[in-house]
Amino acid sequence: MDLMEYQAKQLFAKHNVPVTLGIVAKSPQQAEAAAEELGGRVIVKAQVKAGGRGKAGGVKLAENPQHAREHAQAILGMSIKGLTVHRVLISPAADIAEEYYFSFLVDRSNRAYLCIASVQGGVEIEEVARTSPDAVVKFSIDPTVGVDEATAREIVSLTGFPAEVADAAVDLVRKLWTVFINEDASLVEINPLVRLGDGTLEALDGKVTLDANAGFRHADHAEFDDLQAADPLEALARAKDLNYVKLDGSVGIIGNGAGLVMSTLDVVAYAGQDLAGEHGGGVKPANFLDIGGGASAEVMANGLEIVLGDPDVRSVFVNVFGGITSCDEVANGIVSSFRLLAEREEPVSKPLVVRLDGNNAEEGHRILTEADLPGVELVDTMDGAARRAAELAAEMPGK
Amino acid sequence: MAIYLDEASTIIVQGMTGSEGSKHTRRMLAAGANVVGGVNARKAGTSVDFDGTALPVFGSVAEAMAETGANASVLFVPPAFTKDAVLEAVDAQMPLAVVITEGVPVHDTAAFFAAAHSAGTTRIIGPNCPGIASPGKSNAGIIPADITSAGRIGLVSKSGTLTYQMMYELRDIGFTTSVGIGGDPIVGTTHVDCLQAFQDDADTEAVIMVGEIGGDAEERAADYISTYITKPVVAYVAGFTAPEGKTMGHAGAIVSGSSGTAAAKKSALEAAGVQVGKTPSETASLMREIIGSAG
Repeated sequence: MDLMEYQAKQLFAKHNVPVTLGIVAKSPQQAEAAAEELGGRVIVKAQVKAGGRGKAGGVKLAENPQHAREHAQAILGMSIKGLTVHRVLISPAADIAEEYYFSFLVDRSNRAYLCIASVQGGVEIEEVARTSPDAVVKFSIDPTVGVDEATAREIVSLTGFPAEVADAAVDLVRKLWTVFINEDASLVEINPLVRLGDGTLEALDGKVTLDANAGFRHADHAEFDDLQAADPLEALARAKDLNYVKLDGSVGIIGNGAGLVMSTLDVVAYAGQDLAGEHGGGVKPANFLDIGGGASAEVMANGLEIVLGDPDVRSVFVNVFGGITSCDEVANGIVSSFRLLAEREEPVSKPLVVRLDGNNAEEGHRILTEADLPGVELVDTMDGAARRAAELAAEMPGK
Repeated sequence: MAIYLDEASTIIVQGMTGSEGSKHTRRMLAAGANVVGGVNARKAGTSVDFDGTALPVFGSVAEAMAETGANASVLFVPPAFTKDAVLEAVDAQMPLAVVITEGVPVHDTAAFFAAAHSAGTTRIIGPNCPGIASPGKSNAGIIPADITSAGRIGLVSKSGTLTYQMMYELRDIGFTTSVGIGGDPIVGTTHVDCLQAFQDDADTEAVIMVGEIGGDAEERAADYISTYITKPVVAYVAGFTAPEGKTMGHAGAIVSGSSGTAAAKKSALEAAGVQVGKTPSETASLMREIIGSAG
């Protein structure tokens, strides 16, 4: 889970990383009052879980509270990389002497941790790495050792922090490491880390990605979940414990297993491209939905409900491989879910293409054929079923 | 022959007394795996009946190894306790630890992988994986045994259901070993590890590699293949349509910025001379053509 800047700064403050929290404002009036409180000259920053806020016009310097109000007026409601800005952070304008970069992250390639640091901060680190690679230090960290005093000092020295801030930098690096480990973050990043006019260091911005798998030991992380920003169908799916991602196509997808569902999206997209010549528009998958190995009738019904609740969906492709679960159970699940949805007065009204393969596939086919559910077609192969689902979506009238 | 797991594998199950653990212990036994006991400190000294086979519950991995000669452990331990359970297996120098558990915090995996790596005596497979199956020989995990047969193909995959799909489509040719390495950001055994083991396995004639978005494991595998692998490899990569920044089911399946895309993985593999199927079925057909001409 990615945090917004003001949330990242809260976690920094919790572990004594030097930071100015500022004030979160949800309206121009609040922004003006916040600027007043902070002494007038402030930075107004859009709070969204996306990079490139400055380039998008989401970060502005305000000379006075009235100015802050005007900037907030312009920034609130703005869309940055598809995300609507609901909050701005008002921070006192800092007296910046120098800008640095510092981060810790999970290093997938080396199955360890990586520290990336540079005394050229304030710009994208990828850009620095490209233009002056020598200015970027990458330091591998052994998870069995972590970052002790000596390691922190080595990192600070290798990065080339000026001597007068070296001790402060060592202290900050160790505190940031505590944030990384104790909060179960997969990324903590400060860009820029600044040296202020008075010689002290401060995290002027903050980016944190928390490991969702570690939620069980961080009850306080739940408050960072931004339900406001989530797609309403995604929020509904999460409430039902379903693994769902909304996409922008018209073929609803339900499958078992993350890899198989990802593969199903691809195969439907290919079928859509092939059809484009015949029907004129590219048919694409409408969502990712993994119902897992079990696929009970209830889970299938919940899944169908979410997918059919998407007004963009014109056909649904149910792609199941019976491995642990056998296909007769899955077929029974589909039959019962139709009944359940009818009982909920939301009967299935869109065509469904079902592909069942693997354990007990023949029995599964027999159950579905006998049930004779309205709009349900059985297709033997995944590729063939994807093509049929794409055809149906192309033929169906739009919403 | 097979890799990592064969008829000599003697298996214990950490978490055997739990619901998933007992369900899959029963399935492993039915598949012919030599499962000899379980570990649960609170239930040490008891036994669990699996359709007439009573398996003892030991107080620790070390005790289970001493009593049974076990050389492999399968873990069905809840995420909050997985790290300690794997570390226990590592401390006992258990040669193989197959971690099925989904939802393990990545810092915990980093810690137990580092411990295993420095001890050098335990191979970890997973976490968040379906396990490993050597058809006709043994089965450690949740891969269904009855969808395929013993044969000449080696398979390594990040995805469970795509593994099953491939094993099923090519069931007539069959498999030496199928390894589900898992879809987490950090995994104990990688594509490269398995490719190397399959290259060294006399009975494996060709390898199928299944990858998905996220990380650079497939690119690394491509590099490795071009230098070290002489056996034919066909690959499949899932997630071409995955949007940037969204986790697609598996914790590690995420495109971050421009890195971890399916397109990049496909082109890296093709540059290494690997044929990449457009769909799972096409991938199976590619393998069928290769192994047909080789066999």
